[in-house]
Amino acid sequence: MNEIFGIPIQALMGQLMLGLVNGAFYAMLSLGLAVIFGMLNIINFAHGALYMMGAFLAWLGLTYLDLGYWQSLLLAPLCMACFGVLIERCMLQWLYKLDHLYGLLLTFGLALVLEGLFTNQFGVSGQPYSIPDELTGAFNLGFMLLPKYRAWVIVASLVVCFATWFMIEKTRLGANLRAATENPQLTQAFGINVPLMVMLTYGFGCALAGFAGVLAAPAIQVSPLMGSNLIIVVFAVVVIGGMGSILGSILTGLGLGVIEGLTKVFYPEASSTVVFIIMAIILMIRPAGLFGKEK
Amino acid sequence: MNSLHSINAPLEYLQIRGLHAFYGESHVLHGIDLQVNRGECVSLLGRNGAGRTTTLRAILGLTGKRTGSIMVNGRETITMPTHRIAQLGVGYCPEERGIYASLSCEENLLLPPQVGSGGMSLAEIYAMFPNLAERRDSQGTRLSGGEQQMLALARILRSGAHLLLLDEISEGLAPVIVQKLGTVISQLKARGFTILLVEQNFRFAAPLADRMYIVENGQIAAEIAQGEIETKQDLLQEYLGV
Repeated sequence: MNEIFGIPIQALMGQLMLGLVNGAFYAMLSLGLAVIFGMLNIINFAHGALYMMGAFLAWLGLTYLDLGYWQSLLLAPLCMACFGVLIERCMLQWLYKLDHLYGLLLTFGLALVLEGLFTNQFGVSGQPYSIPDELTGAFNLGFMLLPKYRAWVIVASLVVCFATWFMIEKTRLGANLRAATENPQLTQAFGINVPLMVMLTYGFGCALAGFAGVLAAPAIQVSPLMGSNLIIVVFAVVVIGGMGSILGSILTGLGLGVIEGLTKVFYPEASSTVVFIIMAIILMIRPAGLFGKEK
Repeated sequence: MNSLHSINAPLEYLQIRGLHAFYGESHVLHGIDLQVNRGECVSLLGRNGAGRTTTLRAILGLTGKRTGSIMVNGRETITMPTHRIAQLGVGYCPEERGIYASLSCEENLLLPPQVGSGGMSLAEIYAMFPNLAERRDSQGTRLSGGEQQMLALARILRSGAHLLLLDEISEGLAPVIVQKLGTVISQLKARGFTILLVEQNFRFAAPLADRMYIVENGQIAAEIAQGEIETKQDLLQEYLGV
């Protein structure tokens, strides 16, 4: 293991930034997964495919409808929310009373179908999506160059994550959501339409995934497999963070992104497995996750 | 002042006819017939496992399959989903109190949406239950047993519910708190609420209830008016051992 002196500051900061960017995606996606699991008790294996769909909607919008990046950032999550509501009504709602396994299998199957459809139509080599003009170039911070688009991704995801946290922890709607998550029957007995909330929660989770997808489009190639590459790591992040707290999911995602980035600098051989090593350790010493509650 | 009731509304606020209820395959209620009139306080007495709690849950649609008729304020509710039944103005205080750990005391209080007019304001609630004002920012389950029971009752009073389904509210509480609860119920009666009180504690229920039903094996075994307690001692002895 090299000491910090061996690494040029430029390279270290660059990797740290990349780590934060990856961490931002981990945070957004694990947040969506945690919220969905909390309300629906379903492990949403389709989350990666939904993220991919968000990116593809941005690319399709640009290619066929002349929709720019900023419009896609608004419209793609809305489309994904509608798609999510459709899936919940047509397929997921029949699974709530069953074992977790059925939800996992159904969403896994859904992921395969979606990825298959997109692969069939577009092939696996990615589609290019250029960074919007306003965000090209970099800030010169003296000790490093910070690409504007990367800074934007970090800021945008932090804003979205913080807004989600605020909505869930500090608003009346969030209180209804937390109550429905904790005790759905009693919450219904107070007159709150819990099935509607469940449906909207799944839609919201899909919208978050779609938003992450649009953010990712200019950064990596838009490919049908971009979701499946990411989803496994995101699941590990969720296991590490635990499902207990919104803030926990966000911090864990960011933290693991940074750890992964730093590992790439100091010990690149371990960079693709470090998250899983941490997951194994956490499972041994604290199975509910860092911020999790026993469920 | 019976400000909660209009002149032309039906006398029976809650009317149950031939109610059968199931938990999965298990047939728990075998034809319940009971009625609670507007502004009355009716108590469901009986041994553990008789079906009293199940009756309350069945009114709200929280059991499995239900057959028969349950009319709330003139509306048939046997096929309605739970949240729609609650929105007719039914307030529920479950046996386990159901205080949410993921909400603060005040959030618990504010959770139930308005299901009727005439709900008490937050200020009135805090005047009636000063403990809850003190503990308003504490996490719900950090409150003592008595405070949690007050909270469970207070939140349905805020929602404007007119029919209150109260399940074992005196259970496991210190005598001074049970006394306070009795006072609160009397005040609610005076304000015109319609109350169905499931109780194990005969001494708590008897002075409050206008009528009592004794539930045994998922059916109504006897009905006793408040004035008949003396004359029907043998029935009470047989079913409740009091």
